[in-house]
Amino acid sequence: MDNKTDLVEVLSKLIPLGKVTMGNQYPEIIVDPDKLHKTALALKDLKTTPFDFLIDVTAVDFVTHFLLVFHLESTNTHEVIVLKTQLEDHDSPFVDSVSDLWPTAEFQEREIFDLFGIRFNNHPDLRRLFMEDDYGYPLRKDFKDEINIIEYPN
Amino acid sequence: MSEEIIKNIMVGEHEDYLINMGPQHPSTHGVLRLEVSLNGEDVKKVTPHIGYIHRSIEKMCEKDTYKQIIHLTDRMDYLSAHMNNEAVSLLVENALQIEVPERVKYIRAILDELSRIASHHLWWSAFGMDLGALTTFFYGLRDREKILAIFEESFGSRLLHSFITPGGLMHDVHSNFRKDTLEFIKYFRKKLPEYKSLLTDNIIFHQRTKGVGKMDKKTSVAYGVTGPSGRGSGFSCDVRKIAPYGVYDQIEFNEILKNDGDVFSRYLVRMEEMEESMNILEQLIDKMPDGNEYTAKMKAIVKLPEGEYYQRVETARGELGVYVVSTGAKHPYRVRFRTPNFSNLFVLNNLAKGGKIADLVAISGSLDLVIPDIDR
Repeated sequence: MDNKTDLVEVLSKLIPLGKVTMGNQYPEIIVDPDKLHKTALALKDLKTTPFDFLIDVTAVDFVTHFLLVFHLESTNTHEVIVLKTQLEDHDSPFVDSVSDLWPTAEFQEREIFDLFGIRFNNHPDLRRLFMEDDYGYPLRKDFKDEINIIEYPN
Repeated sequence: MSEEIIKNIMVGEHEDYLINMGPQHPSTHGVLRLEVSLNGEDVKKVTPHIGYIHRSIEKMCEKDTYKQIIHLTDRMDYLSAHMNNEAVSLLVENALQIEVPERVKYIRAILDELSRIASHHLWWSAFGMDLGALTTFFYGLRDREKILAIFEESFGSRLLHSFITPGGLMHDVHSNFRKDTLEFIKYFRKKLPEYKSLLTDNIIFHQRTKGVGKMDKKTSVAYGVTGPSGRGSGFSCDVRKIAPYGVYDQIEFNEILKNDGDVFSRYLVRMEEMEESMNILEQLIDKMPDGNEYTAKMKAIVKLPEGEYYQRVETARGELGVYVVSTGAKHPYRVRFRTPNFSNLFVLNNLAKGGKIADLVAISGSLDLVIPDIDR
C-alpha cells in the first residue's frame, strides 16, 4: 500500500495536467479530453516507471457523458495506473487517439468506435470492427435492437 | 473499355494480389478472415477481418446477475474456461471482501493448470498439423483426453464447465480427483519426451519455424502481446508472477522466458510451460487441504458496492482483464473483457510482412488464436 501512495505523490508532481487520486485498487489520473494525449505521452516517457504497456482501453456510457478508461502497466516495476477522461458531448463524442504511442490502442479504439460511436482524431484506420457500417452503437444505453428475439425482463 | 482501365488490367505489378484466407480455413481454427496482399509468394500486408461470431457478451452481461455472467465467460476462450470463470469470481470476491476457503483456492489452481496443459495439448496437436505433421494430432488428443476425463468425472462436462463461481465452486470435486490428477502427472511425465522426439527435435520442423515471424520485445509490449506468445519475445508478463492471485504466491515456479522471438521460441515456451505446470500441480496436490469445503457463505443475490473493479488473470493464452462498473444493483452497469487473443491477433501483420505466404500459417499457429475470444 505504501508503494502505491508513493506513486500517487510522484505522479502528481510529474503529471501537473491532471488530478491524481488513489482509487480502490490502482492510482487514478483524471484529465480533460484535450490534455489526454499530452498526459499519455508524459506517462509513457516517465524515467523510472515508463507506462509502456497499455493493458486495456474501454469506454462507459453514463447517459449524460462518456468515460474513457485506460489501464496502463509499467513493464519495469509492474505497477498499474488508470487514466480516465470524461467526454461531455454525448451526441458526437470525439477525442485524440493515442494509437501513435501504443499501437495496440489502434484496434481497441476501433472497437470503441464500433460499439460506442466515439470518434478518435488522428486515428490511422477508423472503421467499424464487428458491426456493419449502418448499424447503431450497441453498447450505448439508449440503443434499441429492433430485431432482438429475446426480451429481458428488467 | 477506356485505355486506362485496360492498362490497369494488363500491368499487374503495380497492384496487390489479394487472397482471402478464411473465413473457413483449417489453419485459422475458427471463423477468421485474413485478407492477404501478395507479391508473388511474398506477403505485403495482412489485414484481419473479425466479427463473424460476435455474440455481444459484454452487452448481455449488463442484463445478467454476477452468477449468470460465469456461464457467458466460458464461451469466450473455451479452452481456458476455468480461468475465465475464475476472473469474474475473483473480482466479485475482492469487491465484497469474501475470503474463500483455502481448499477452494487450491482446487481452482489445480483446475487452472490442468486446463493450461489441456489447452497446450490441443495447440501442439493443431500446430503440428498446420505444418503438415499429422501424427501430432493423435498424440496430443490422446493425452488431452486424460484431462478431459478428469473434468468429466467431476463436472459432467468436457469443455464448458461453469464450475468456478463467486464464493467458491459449484459443488465438490469427485472423490477420485486427487488420485486421478496424480496419475495423469505420472503418465504425462513419460509422454512429454515423446513430443520432443516427434516434433521438437525434427530438422524439418526447425527449418519451418526457426527465424520465422520474428517479434522483438518492444513490438510485443507495444502491441500488448501477452501469454506464451509475449514470453517468447522476452516480455515478462505472467500475471501469476506479477500480480499473484489465489495461491500462486505460495507456489514456487519459474516464468518461462525466451528471447529469440521467432515461431520456434514461442513453441518452446509452451512446451516448457507444460512441464512447469506439472511441477506446479505436484506442489498444489501436496499442499491441498483435506475436507469437503467447497464454498464460502454467499448471499443468494450478489450486489457489488458502487464503484469500479478490475481483475487480471493469466489464461492459457495471456492476460485476461475483467473491468466492471457497478452502481450497486444486482446487474453490473458495464462489463468489459480485455481478452488476450484480441491483442495477440493484431500483431500478425508485423510478423508476417515480408515473409512467405506458407509461413503465415506457421506464424498464426504460433500465436495460438482462439477466435470466439477475439469476437466475444
